[in-house]
Amino acid sequence: MSTIVEAEDLTKRFGDLTAINNISFSLEADKIYGLLGRNGSGKTTLLRLLTAQLFATGGTLLVFGEQPYENRRVLSQICFMKENQKYPRRWRVSDVLAIAASFFPRWDTDYASALSKDFQLPLKRKMRTLSRGALSAVGIVVGLAARAPLSIFDEPLGLDVVARSLFYERLLADYVEHPRTILISTHLIDEVSRFLEHVLVLDQGRLIIDEEAEALRARAFTVTGSASQVAAFTAGKLLLSDEQFGSLVSAMLLGNADAGERRQAAELGLELTPVSLQQLIIHLTSTTSHGKAREVV
Amino acid sequence: MEYLIDENRPIFMQIAERIEEDILAGRLAEEDQAPSTNQFAALYQINPATAAKGVNLLVDQGILYKKRGMGMFVTTGARERLMEKRRELFFEQYVVAMLREAKRLGIEEEQVIEMIQKGAKVP
Repeated sequence: MSTIVEAEDLTKRFGDLTAINNISFSLEADKIYGLLGRNGSGKTTLLRLLTAQLFATGGTLLVFGEQPYENRRVLSQICFMKENQKYPRRWRVSDVLAIAASFFPRWDTDYASALSKDFQLPLKRKMRTLSRGALSAVGIVVGLAARAPLSIFDEPLGLDVVARSLFYERLLADYVEHPRTILISTHLIDEVSRFLEHVLVLDQGRLIIDEEAEALRARAFTVTGSASQVAAFTAGKLLLSDEQFGSLVSAMLLGNADAGERRQAAELGLELTPVSLQQLIIHLTSTTSHGKAREVV
Repeated sequence: MEYLIDENRPIFMQIAERIEEDILAGRLAEEDQAPSTNQFAALYQINPATAAKGVNLLVDQGILYKKRGMGMFVTTGARERLMEKRRELFFEQYVVAMLREAKRLGIEEEQVIEMIQKGAKVP
């Protein structure tokens, strides 16, 4: 598997603020990555570093094996449609598509037309008169039709839920036909988790998770029951959080319940429930004491 | 069909289970071609690599085999092998669980046996 992005000890500071704090990771060709994290966790800063819109304060970054800055060989292989992309005043939607067609070597005109219909793009309208939803849709159409070897989608939040689900469906269908590296930055984790292959989670500028999505799905579970029984079950295990409702206690544990633990839970009359990727990440990135795993004595 | 995937469990295991169920129910006969990973990806809206992982799990167990350039096929004898595996799990999954619940509800062992005999007569 070839590596297309390699970041080592990457850091970006804005004055006193460390937006990206000494992170190292790599992206492999033809995988779908999710870049997840709360607002302000550094997702957009990282994307701007990857696409040479910002200079790193420290560390090294190679994209397609080269420095990305003012490097057309690298940049023509990346498509990054920002939510708040600015366009010249007179540009119409059709102008944006025409420019994109001339910039991206693998642009597919027929596919772009089909997508424009699917997302009901008003081709003759000026970009500055578009609603937020229509602006997002233009970005999605360009991002898909460019078929760039590194296709980045940043928070397609202007789209309503129907358009987002259309986007996910088209993305996956086209990815199957034309594999490429896709990086989706979002905090709508539940919507995208099933088609991600790999997950990167940023929290306050640090990379706290860099793991296969399927491995994360089995990383935690919740055990619920009476306080004393839950305490008996959780003794010696890594506890992520616990909550009490009356006489019931619900504890979230790191790890995958094995057959022995399932039997023990059944005997104690405890209920085991899995933890979704979204719930797990919320717990790992929350700033309260809930976010810290602790050993139960 | 999306709702059929449970987001909280590893998806590749669910794909393997779906194929197993299809073989057990006879919807996929031995020497039939299994759906491709791309078909699974489109049907369940999941990553094709994840679907491939589920399919490969069954290849490792000898339930499916690969024909070069053609795809994945059901091995002869796969159904019997799956039934054997399910029989082994039957005791733990059904008998032990049933007795545990019976105990909690205060149902005596003899009553459980009676119920099973009665249940066996229901057509």
